[in-house]
This record gives sequence, structure tokens and C-alpha cells, in this order.
Amino acid sequence: MKFAVRVACVAFLTALVGWGCGGGGGDSSDQGGSSAPASSAGGSSSAGASHAASGATATLMGKVNLAGAAPERNPLKMTADPACAQQHEDMPALAQDVIVNDQGMLKNVFVYVKNGLEGHEFDTPEEPVVLDQKGCVYTPHVIGMMVKQDLKILNSDPTLHNIHALPKVSGNKEFNLGMPRQGMEFSKTFENPEVMIRIKCDVHPWMASYVGVLPHPYYAVSGDDGGFRIADLPAGEYTIEAWHERYGTQAQTITVGDSPNVEVSFTFQSTGS
Amino acid sequence: MTSNLPDPANRLQPAGSTPSIWLHRYAVFVAVCTALLVFAGGLVTSTGAGLSVPDWPLSYGMLMPPMVGNVRFEHGHRMVATTVGMLTIVLAVWLQRREPRAQVRRLGWLALGAVVLQGLLGGLTVLLLLPTPVSVAHASLGQTFFCIVVSLALLTSPGWRRATPRSGGASQLRKLALLLTAVVYVQLIAGALMRHSGAGLAIPDFPLAFGRVVPPFESTEVMVHFAHRVLAACVFVAAVATGIHALRHHRGERRLLAPALLLFYLVLIQIVLGGFAIWTQKAVVPTTLHVLNGALILATSLVLTLRSFRLLQPQAHIRQLEPQLREQVVT
Ligand code: HEM
Ligand code: HEM
Ligand SMILES: [Cu+2]
Repeated sequence: MKFAVRVACVAFLTALVGWGCGGGGGDSSDQGGSSAPASSAGGSSSAGASHAASGATATLMGKVNLAGAAPERNPLKMTADPACAQQHEDMPALAQDVIVNDQGMLKNVFVYVKNGLEGHEFDTPEEPVVLDQKGCVYTPHVIGMMVKQDLKILNSDPTLHNIHALPKVSGNKEFNLGMPRQGMEFSKTFENPEVMIRIKCDVHPWMASYVGVLPHPYYAVSGDDGGFRIADLPAGEYTIEAWHERYGTQAQTITVGDSPNVEVSFTFQSTGS
Repeated sequence: MTSNLPDPANRLQPAGSTPSIWLHRYAVFVAVCTALLVFAGGLVTSTGAGLSVPDWPLSYGMLMPPMVGNVRFEHGHRMVATTVGMLTIVLAVWLQRREPRAQVRRLGWLALGAVVLQGLLGGLTVLLLLPTPVSVAHASLGQTFFCIVVSLALLTSPGWRRATPRSGGASQLRKLALLLTAVVYVQLIAGALMRHSGAGLAIPDFPLAFGRVVPPFESTEVMVHFAHRVLAACVFVAAVATGIHALRHHRGERRLLAPALLLFYLVLIQIVLGGFAIWTQKAVVPTTLHVLNGALILATSLVLTLRSFRLLQPQAHIRQLEPQLREQVVT
């Protein structure tokens, strides 16, 4: 199957000279704004190509909104570890769970294709996904990755962390690793799809992050402006789900047809403080 | 010295073979340290620090990791545990060399065995990522070890050796105290099961349960939690019965009356602490004090039980005693 996909990819490449197979949608920026890890993670375009033989692909774009008053972001009390506190002397780090901008747009929502890609196979990207421990918080706070892709875990802090993953799906192994020194790194993979796996540090109880593991590359995390972008989605019918650690999940059904862009928006309801 | 004479079959020890008072004082010291260790262990669970040190027997590959964040609780607990382990080795060896009663010497080795096993279980909880059965076993064996050490402190006390069994015929207190100890022990295990299966707040209100006397049993958690409350009522009834019985029949015997009354107060405090665990949504201090006080209740009821067996000998038993001992009994 994978071989077939690759053949299709190569065929498509030759047909459309100048359109890179690995480059995908181009914009691979993952920082802040409308991120598109789907296209940057690699592999998506090959999948896109196999479909593209029978039609065009579209880019799924949208925003996530939080209706109602957003809760105050409380400062994190890091006094238990001076090495953490010192890094935020000027400005305390704020709670990571609900981050909303002036326009009420919600950051760190994991948006992904839940249904509609069954029966397709996708290559695992060579590039690892990076989870950094810096300033005694996880960056990024929410990540998407593919099954069997490497999750590279870094400790950029001058203190120790343990990194404790709590998957629930059988076949994904719980692990707890010690990272006592600055600059240490580890790589881990997850064998099965799971949305979301909580990763926490038991030394610093405020530290938590979430990883969405999928068998395909069609996912994104909403950025500072609440925007997300999933590129190269082949024509078809899909269930798109949006997940937020505090406000749960929402799903919508969309159809990708001839139009190169598909808009979807999600609105979560604030539950108060 | 009679220490090398064959051990008499009965539990009474002739006067004159009293080993060093320092052995007894040392045993008391170990018991106090163990109570602190139970508190330190309870802190680990209450703060959720159990996995903040992922490796064992070393901590982050070191003997002494930086004491930051929750490592303070987890590694601190390991340090106190190591200290108590060392103290227990000394206790067992000291008993072996100075204690005339073979049973007491054996109890010393049992204490050592228990603390070693407990340490291994502690390591296992860490390496296996806190599976409920192992955590419950660790919590329960911790309480059991505390009981053994308290027993040793009691058995080596001069008061115990000097005690003159009274022919009371009334062995009712023995039965009551034994029953109370058993119920408390079951309650500790029920508490540990609730705590380590995350059922501590499965019923969010107290004294009522979901505003009712009997809650709707929608989940295992609610059942486990409610079992702890029902057992608490049993403990309370047994403690009241024991206290009243002691007041009625053993008013003159301070060694029985004191622990019986203390028990009553400790159980009251325990119920209030349990309430605070609920009302504060498991704030660290009241919840951990609840664990510690649970251990104190168990130890006190065990002391009462042992003393009632020691002091309240049935008539027939006393007549069988050696003449030399009977003299003491009469005095
Ligand atoms: C040797 C004597 C020890 C005693 C008497 C002891 C006692 C205890 C007690 C009473 C608790 C609290 C249980 C609760 O609150 O439910 C506890 C928790 C704990 N102990 Fe120990 N402990 C000992 C040794 C160790 C050792 C050597 C380790 C090594 C890693 C260890 C690791 C832990 C952990 C991780 C917890 C938390 C368990 C959880 O949250 O599930 N203990 N211990
Ligand atoms: C009167 C006798 C009682 C005794 C001897 C007792 C003893 C204990 C012990 C020893 C534990 C911890 C076990 C461990 O992990 O090692 C525990 C846990 C607990 N007890 Fe009790 N208890 C009593 C009554 C109550 C009452 C009346 C309440 C009120 C609801 C209560 C609420 C709790 C709660 C909520 C926990 C779990 C805390 C957590 O999840 O961290 N207890 N109990
Ligand atoms: Cu940390």
C-alpha cells in the first residue's frame, strides 16, 4: 500500500513539474499564528497526491472562538523550585490551560480529521516533533504527531524534570523518565492513535502538555489568533474534531470538493472561571 | 542473668532478667520515627509526588538529588525510610543480643523483614508507576510495620515486665479490644484502597453523602468510598463500647483505661479530619494528618489489646503459673 502511494506520488510529481512532493503546502511555520503542522510534518503531500490523481486538494482553514468571559490566567507559583522561579523573575509565567486573545480567539485547540481517511496509509515523517521543557513549562503546550513518529523531549532548564506520559489506549505505553540535567534529550514514540495523551511532570505539578497521535498528517493546533490550517486535504467527506483541554470536544462534518479552500470555525462556550 | 536460660513457655518473664532500659527507650524512639515516616509517606501521596523521582534505588541516578519541587517529598520520604530501616537493623540486633524472650527477639527480626519488604514495595510502586494494588500494599504494610515496632516498644517496657496479671475472669475487654483492632485494620486498608483508586472525593459531601444517608451506588468509586464511611461508623461504635466498658470495669487500671479513653478521642479527631479531607477537597495537611492519626489509632488499640491480654489473665491460667511468679501475682 505504502509502495503504491509512493508510486502515485512519483507519477504525480512527473505530471506536475515544479510542485514539490516533500514541500507540501510550503508554509511550515509552526510558531504562534495559524500553524500548519499537517503540511510541515511531511508525508501529507504524498497522501494528497494519491488522491489528487482523481481531483484537487483543499486547505482547511478556520478559527476557534471562546464565547463568554474567558477565565483569568493565574500566575503559576514556582517557588517550590528556585531554578524555575528565577526564570520568570520579571513576569510570572501564567496558567497554560485557557489562552484567549483580545478578540476572544482560543489558542491550543487541537483540530484534526477524525473520520474520512479510513483505509489510507501515510508515511511516518522522519522529522521528530519536539517537546521542550523551558522555564518549567512545556513548549508547545499542545502538539500533534503521527503514530510511530519520534517525539523528541528536551530539557532546556537548569533543573530536573521527570516526564510522565499517561496514555489510555492500550498499546501506547505509559512512561516516566528522569531528566536531571540541562540539555538532556530523549526520543519516544506512540504505537497507536490517541487524542489526547497527557504528559506531565510530577516534580512541578503545574506542568502539563497534551499530544494528539494520529495515523495521518491532517491536524493542526490553533495559534495565538485562534487560527488553524490543515493543508492538502483530498476531496471527500470528513468529520473534523476540535479538542480543548478544558472545554472538551466539538465535531463538524465537512465536504472537500473542487474549491481550494474550506472554512470551518469552532466556538467553545466558556464555563466561567 | 537469666538470658541464656531456656525461654519459659508462658508469656511472663521472671523479674530480674530485665534488659537495659535503653533498649526500651530505643524501641520507643524507633516507633516515634516510624510515626514520622508514616506522615512523610502520607505526604508523598497527598502531594501527588509519588512519581517525581522516576528511578529507584537511586534518585535521578544520584544518592542525593536536588531537593526541588515534589522531589522534596518523594526523596525526603526515601531518606526517612532509609533511616528507619537502619534503626530497625540496630533494634533487631540489639534485641537478639539482650532480649531474653525468644518471641520478642523473633518479633525484632520480623520488624526488620517487614521494613525491607516495605522498602522493596516502595521501589516497586515507583518502577511500576503506582499500580493501585502495590500502592495499597505499601500503605498497609507501612501501618503493619508501625504496629510491630510499637509492640516491641511495649513488650520491652519495664511496666510490661513488672505487670501482675489480675484474675479478673472478665476477658470481655480482651475481646472488645481485639475486635476494635481488627476493625481499625480493615478500615486502614479500606482507606488505602479508596485513596489509591482515586475515590477520595467520590462522595463530595460529609456527613451526608450526595445529600442522603445512603448514596446512589453509581460507580465502584462511590461504593469504595461509602464502605470507608460505614467502617468508620463501625470503628466509632467499637471505640465507644470499649471506652464505656473500660470506664465501667477497669476504672482502677490506668494502663487499660488510658488507652481506651485515648482511643475514643483519637477516633473522634479522625472523623473530624476525615470531614476536613472532604470539605477542603483533600488539602494536603488535614488529609495527611488523617493518615497519621489512622496509624495512631491502630497502634493505640493494639496497645490496649496487648495490655488487656497481659493484665487480665483468666483465673485458670494464673493457677498454672510457676510458684515464683505466683508470689509476684499475689503482691
Ligand atoms: C521502609 C519503610 C517505609 C515505610 C514505613 C513507608 C511508608 C509509607 C506510607 C505510610 C505511605 C503513605 C501511603 C498513603 O498515604 O496512602 C507511603 C507512600 C509512598 N512510599 Fe513509602 N514507605 C517506606 C519506604 C519507601 C521506599 C524505600 C520508597 C522508595 C521509593 C517508598 C516510596 C513511596 C511512594 C512512591 C509512596 C507514594 C505512593 C502513592 O502515592 O501511591 N517508600 N510510604
Ligand atoms: C473513624 C475511623 C477512620 C479511620 C481509622 C480512617 C483511616 C483512614 C486512613 C488510614 C486512610 C488512608 C489510608 C492510606 O492511604 O494509607 C484514610 C483515607 C481517607 N479517609 Fe478515613 N478514616 C476514618 C474515618 C473517615 C471518615 C469519617 C471520613 C469522612 C468522610 C474519612 C475520609 C477519608 C478520605 C476522604 C480518605 C482518602 C483521602 C485521599 O483520597 O487522599 N475517613 N482513612
Ligand atoms: Cu518539571
